[in-house]
Amino acid sequence: MSRIRNNYENSFRARFLRYIMGEDELPEKNYMSDFRKQIDIEKEEDEKATEHYLVPPLEDPMSDAKRYAEMSGLRWFRRLYSVMAVLLCIAISALLIYNVTFMPRFGASDSPMNNEVTERYLEKAGEETGTVNVVTGLILQYRGFDTFGETHVLFIATIAVMILLKIKKKDKPEEAAGEPVGGDVILRTIARVLVPMIFLFGFYVLVNGHLSPGGGFSGGAVIGAGLILHSAAFGFSATARFFDEKIYDIIKVGSLVLYSMLIIYYLFTGANDIDSVVPLGKLGNIISSGLILPINILVGAEVACTMYAFYSLFRKGGI
Amino acid sequence: MDFFRNFPFICIMLAIVSGPVSSVLSGKVARFVSLTVVSVCGVLSSLTLWYVIELDEPFIYKMGRFPAPFGNEIRVGILEALMATFFCLIMLLSLTGGMKYLKKDVPEEKMNLFFIMINLLLASLLSLIYTNDMFTGYVFVEINTIAACGLIMIRGWGRNILAATKYMIMSLLGSGLVVISIAILYGITGHLLMSNIHESVLLIVELKTYTEPLIVAVGLFSVGIAIKSALFPFHAWLPDAYTYSTCSSSAILSSLVSKGYIFFLMKFMCRVIGFDVMKKTGADDVMFVFGIAAMLIGSIDAIQQTDMGRMIAYSSIAQIGYIYMGFGLGVEAGLVASAFHILAHASAKSMLFVSANGLAEVSGDSMNYRDLRGSGMRNRSAGAGFIVGSLSMVGIPLFAGFTSKVYFASAALEGIRAKEIITLVALAISTILNAMYFIRMTISVYTPEMNEQYEDRSFRAGTLYRLSMAVFILLVLTLGILSNPIVDWITRGLEQFS
Repeated sequence: MSRIRNNYENSFRARFLRYIMGEDELPEKNYMSDFRKQIDIEKEEDEKATEHYLVPPLEDPMSDAKRYAEMSGLRWFRRLYSVMAVLLCIAISALLIYNVTFMPRFGASDSPMNNEVTERYLEKAGEETGTVNVVTGLILQYRGFDTFGETHVLFIATIAVMILLKIKKKDKPEEAAGEPVGGDVILRTIARVLVPMIFLFGFYVLVNGHLSPGGGFSGGAVIGAGLILHSAAFGFSATARFFDEKIYDIIKVGSLVLYSMLIIYYLFTGANDIDSVVPLGKLGNIISSGLILPINILVGAEVACTMYAFYSLFRKGGI
Repeated sequence: MDFFRNFPFICIMLAIVSGPVSSVLSGKVARFVSLTVVSVCGVLSSLTLWYVIELDEPFIYKMGRFPAPFGNEIRVGILEALMATFFCLIMLLSLTGGMKYLKKDVPEEKMNLFFIMINLLLASLLSLIYTNDMFTGYVFVEINTIAACGLIMIRGWGRNILAATKYMIMSLLGSGLVVISIAILYGITGHLLMSNIHESVLLIVELKTYTEPLIVAVGLFSVGIAIKSALFPFHAWLPDAYTYSTCSSSAILSSLVSKGYIFFLMKFMCRVIGFDVMKKTGADDVMFVFGIAAMLIGSIDAIQQTDMGRMIAYSSIAQIGYIYMGFGLGVEAGLVASAFHILAHASAKSMLFVSANGLAEVSGDSMNYRDLRGSGMRNRSAGAGFIVGSLSMVGIPLFAGFTSKVYFASAALEGIRAKEIITLVALAISTILNAMYFIRMTISVYTPEMNEQYEDRSFRAGTLYRLSMAVFILLVLTLGILSNPIVDWITRGLEQFS
């Protein structure tokens, strides 16, 4: 009797029916239902849990990893995997290096890169954009749209880190518990001297972006480094006296929105061949080059905010 | 009338500016802003589409005061405007359909961050579609990657963070390859603008000066985009990313993010390298092989799943394979079929994700096969959406998937003999495999449940959900029945590409 029943369970028809009804479970593949079951158990235990979606424990994937690590079949596969990965990397690097030998020599006068585009940038940038530093004129005027996108890459990167690391206000640890009060005497003394100089130098790089090497991105990075040094030496509460979340929001959003307005004005008038009302000024003056100076300052503010926000989010989960 | 030329620019700027603004708004206001921006962009894009069809030629929009090789520019043709309109529409539907689950999955204080991601994702998709400059394309590929990553991890589960990490690593590898490829192209042509690169590439092929770097650049770009859009050997990041994220996220990720990259690849093939040169490098054969492999392996993986979300995710891999197979056929008709399949798959797949979440809602939030039994009768609108979506995926006449399969098959007949046979056989096998898991799931969803646990039939989906489901169904049916004008636009748009 039992023999027949066994046969039935293994027969094609029975297996097909089980398949249609979704009863043949493959345990390894079924992560989702596993942890949903786990949630169900938690639900039964806790009558008060009303939410359907409870946050599953973080170590969940780790336990999977451990389970897989114990499988002997996977052990040699993993070894093979690392060997193959190294070989693949070497092969691709070799291919790319070999490829370079076919490329035009860097800096050669007959290389395709030295065409009418580069020529115009080098010869006419001063006249057309009012910048002595051609690179700034190039990134903020000729290719202004690219740089506009690039600034938003920084913005969205901060937001992505916020999604990951930002802690709810009420969960924030107390100042004394979670956050270091500040560095030691040497760090504080040196920071007291250096921080104002760093800020000043950053600002110099920022506003001279159209005249000398530098500009919004580099100047902003210097100012951001100054902010990080300040908070590392004197503690977050000291920095928060002049740079807290509210001011951070105002500066970040204000600079980005103003930047957008300026660039929209520039792109729109340029595209529709409307004359721009912004004068280019005298070449070489601080107040010159039209929209480039304000845009540099705004980009610098955004970059400084981004740098500090990364540091602060990783250290304490908030600005 | 000439003011219509500004619409693509206005769309892009609107989407970008709404991002930073949303970061100081509350979740509710940010949601309103985001939905408005997506709808406005959809309307403006459809007006642009109408304008370009009337104009019958693409137009160039100068970004800034300096003309083409010196400054940036965007280029608007029929295909671009069509894609933009569809992407806006599908994004709007995914958002409205998943709104209820969004409130459940995303904590209130992070709600505005989710909509920042949506706004910037829209901006990057529109820019990727319209741009005529390789470097602008790369900048927005970056924004696209980070925004997609944010969409995956907004739910905050450990699984999401693991999936986002996987996605980030793979996607950054893809970005790296893409940027190396652009650098090589710049080195050998001296240009970043698509039209100018194309002229130089034709010269290179004629004079045989830098053919080796050209082939390397083509290979790196194709592999980079293949990684980012989860073509078969690089698909390991996909199932986790699509399954565990919130409803709207998975709908948008599966239907739009990967398609934006694929459209960029299409522009690269047709406008930068040129389709004939592309064929000479042999890249199309490689795409063909991996496309066919993805079609079969994605489906075989999907059959083994017992979780509906993972099943739909694996079926995405198979559908991406179709698109690459169309690229690999090496004929114009294959490109048309692929472009149509982008639309067909985007609409059906986002609908499937939205309906899967609807079905899970009435089954104790489980997506397991057994728990879902009878759920189609408990949540009728989700059930209807699931049926239409799976019929489209399988390729039943009257639905979008069938039309694209017909175009794939007829494109294969124009190509070389070997590819023709392989394509037809693979299409047939893939259809059967698709049917095996989608029909099984549909039967399971409509099998009456004897378990008294889910007896309650009083559930009614929200008006917004039912409305978006209805529009989704209408969209799939429109693509399936009235495909002629759309295919006509795609063909004309592709002719404008070269």
